Amino acid sequence: MERTEEKPNGSTHTISLLVENKPGVLHRIAGLFSRRGYNIASLTVGPTERPEYSRMTIVVRLSSKPVEQVVRQVQKLVPVVEVRELSAHDLIERELMLVKINTPERNHAELRALAETYEATIVDVSPDALVVEASGNAGKLDALEDRLRTFGIQEICRSGRIALERGFKTLAPPNLK
Amino acid sequence: MAKEKITGAMVVRRALEAEGVEYAFGMPGGTILPLYDALFRCERPKTVLIRHEQVGGHAAEGYAHATGKVGVCMGTSGPGATNLVTAIADAYMDSVPLVAITANVSRPLIGTDAFQEADITGITMPITKHNWLVTDPQDLPRVMKEAFYVARTGRPGPVLVDVPKDVLQAEIEWDGYPESVDIPGYHPPVREEPRLKDAALLVRSATRPIIYLGGGIRSADAHSEVLAFAELVGAPVVTTVHGKGAFPETSPQCLGMFGMHGTRYANYAVQNSDLIVALGARFDDRVTGKLSTFAPEAKIVHLDIDPAEISKLVTATVPLVGDVKRLLPQLTEEVRAAFAQHGKPDTSAWWKRVDDWRKKHPLRYEQDGQKYLLPQYVIETLWKKVGAKAIVTTGVGEHQMFAAQWWKTSAPRQFITSGGLGTMGFCLPSAIGIQLGRPGELVIGIDGDGSFQMTLQDLATAVDLELPIKIFVLNNLFLGMVRQWQELFYDRRFAGTPLPDRPNLVKLADAYGCLGLRADTPEQLDQVIDQALANSKGPTIVDVRVRRQEKVFPMVPAGAPLNDMIDGGGD
Repeated sequence: MERTEEKPNGSTHTISLLVENKPGVLHRIAGLFSRRGYNIASLTVGPTERPEYSRMTIVVRLSSKPVEQVVRQVQKLVPVVEVRELSAHDLIERELMLVKINTPERNHAELRALAETYEATIVDVSPDALVVEASGNAGKLDALEDRLRTFGIQEICRSGRIALERGFKTLAPPNLK
Repeated sequence: MAKEKITGAMVVRRALEAEGVEYAFGMPGGTILPLYDALFRCERPKTVLIRHEQVGGHAAEGYAHATGKVGVCMGTSGPGATNLVTAIADAYMDSVPLVAITANVSRPLIGTDAFQEADITGITMPITKHNWLVTDPQDLPRVMKEAFYVARTGRPGPVLVDVPKDVLQAEIEWDGYPESVDIPGYHPPVREEPRLKDAALLVRSATRPIIYLGGGIRSADAHSEVLAFAELVGAPVVTTVHGKGAFPETSPQCLGMFGMHGTRYANYAVQNSDLIVALGARFDDRVTGKLSTFAPEAKIVHLDIDPAEISKLVTATVPLVGDVKRLLPQLTEEVRAAFAQHGKPDTSAWWKRVDDWRKKHPLRYEQDGQKYLLPQYVIETLWKKVGAKAIVTTGVGEHQMFAAQWWKTSAPRQFITSGGLGTMGFCLPSAIGIQLGRPGELVIGIDGDGSFQMTLQDLATAVDLELPIKIFVLNNLFLGMVRQWQELFYDRRFAGTPLPDRPNLVKLADAYGCLGLRADTPEQLDQVIDQALANSKGPTIVDVRVRRQEKVFPMVPAGAPLNDMIDGGGD
């Protein structure tokens, strides 16, 4: 399905979900976002401390609808055990980025220095290309991406955001703790 | 002792038996054969052979609407399953508890574009509360238990269980039907404490209150709770089309249906209120009109079992999430306490305004001097003859709105219709399910000629079962509601709406082996109603010719403010 729409705008929210690790769950969640017109900026899914559950982190961009409405709609899905918006100032968020740069060898030293500044590492080097790996929050990766652009970015791959709340709070509802 | 071994198909049968299912509406096909075989000569559940799976779905809906129990429909893989889609979507919009059972191709064939393969769980994901594709036969008892549980609890709705043919054939060890369910992500109960005191205070402070009732009252069987609350508060009551029957419409306290084709006085009352107590309702666009101008001065107490409905469209001043049957009596007590402490607000000036509107803008029509029968007259005449004792169902279109306006409903589960999805063709199928669910009661269908033709092949089913349903087809040889919009908003360009005068409904009824009647005048109408009521041997189809250009008024044009109504008296 392709939905035509105006340029995405509005504010972004980080939503964390604990879902049953069963076939079709991603389809259910992605379908809900699509049919209700919630824009997904990024979506990650992976295993948790319990094999029967997966954790999803969805960054959603909303222009008119309140985020509570998104949370309540998602909560209605039967395989969704818990869902919450993570508050922006109480949040540890990370993203992984791989960037392939097509640049002559004489620039490599300068690139290494830049990478170091951003706590990034060079993970592959060939005569006319190298791959930079970086992790951090989206702002830092955006900045690094910007700086790398002058060297000629050939390919880029970002993982999308994962996030946890600070402190002892967890997402699991009482009956699962 | 060795455990009993039974097939997957037999598991489904035992689950249906354990759930007390009376009827399973469907049609057999290649992949669902093992299940039909397991149900061969079974008396309970009894399979009802329909002629199209959509009809089976609507019949199950009608049964569920009329009885409050879960309706069951079945379809074979591929087209059998996809034919159920409209009925499932209809049940989803109207919160009807429905279990759809489909067979799929055998597991090794899934995903290979096999003959009659369709990804029905993928297709129905957006229109079910939940669905299951059972790939391990051992899961079948648990899934069946969960399916019925999810369909009927919380906000009711449809679910679908898709069982591959080889799972139906596989043998499992039968441990008995599960007694409880454990679904970690499904919480029909609510977690937040409802702010009943805040809500009661709003009721205490309101001088222009309105009580707005939706389909949730029927789902919760909360009519007596609503009566007690309304009696205490003394506010005017308005309903949605699914709220009909939640409160006696013949009571002077009830202003009837509001919204696009509601009464003027109901819409004026809502627009001028200072408090709306919405119970089991969802502020659908057909009742609010233009949202930004909806009831501008009203505070909102919104009680609903589905938290996602709260503040979805209209922001609630005080949300109350929960079962209306359980919560409303608590709210009533809080309001009683607030009245006792602070006195009851004076609503007499408000009632005076409401009564003035009612006097000035009644629903009306004028049959005298008309050459042709008016649909409003037909419905009112019928209502005067059988009103209180009949269960009414409708198709979708002008006849449906005329019925909603003129069929005064006073008891729950007496007015059944396709509201949210607006599915033409709903009348005859639902009448079949209603009559089976409530044998011995009078079931009246009010249909349109366009709507009737969408599912008329299942007259055969109604005749097979000798169901004495009476379908009155208000025949204007038009797709009337669309024609009305064309006349009002498309400069009278009647594209695709005139219907030729065929089939001959009297002959059609005869061909199906049931009674067909026709009325063109008030005198004939009187006569055919009596004839239809006297026929207990099977269905009766009445072709009632009505004035072709008659329109449903009053009307709020789509996207207009609720009090901005056109025609239909006054202003």
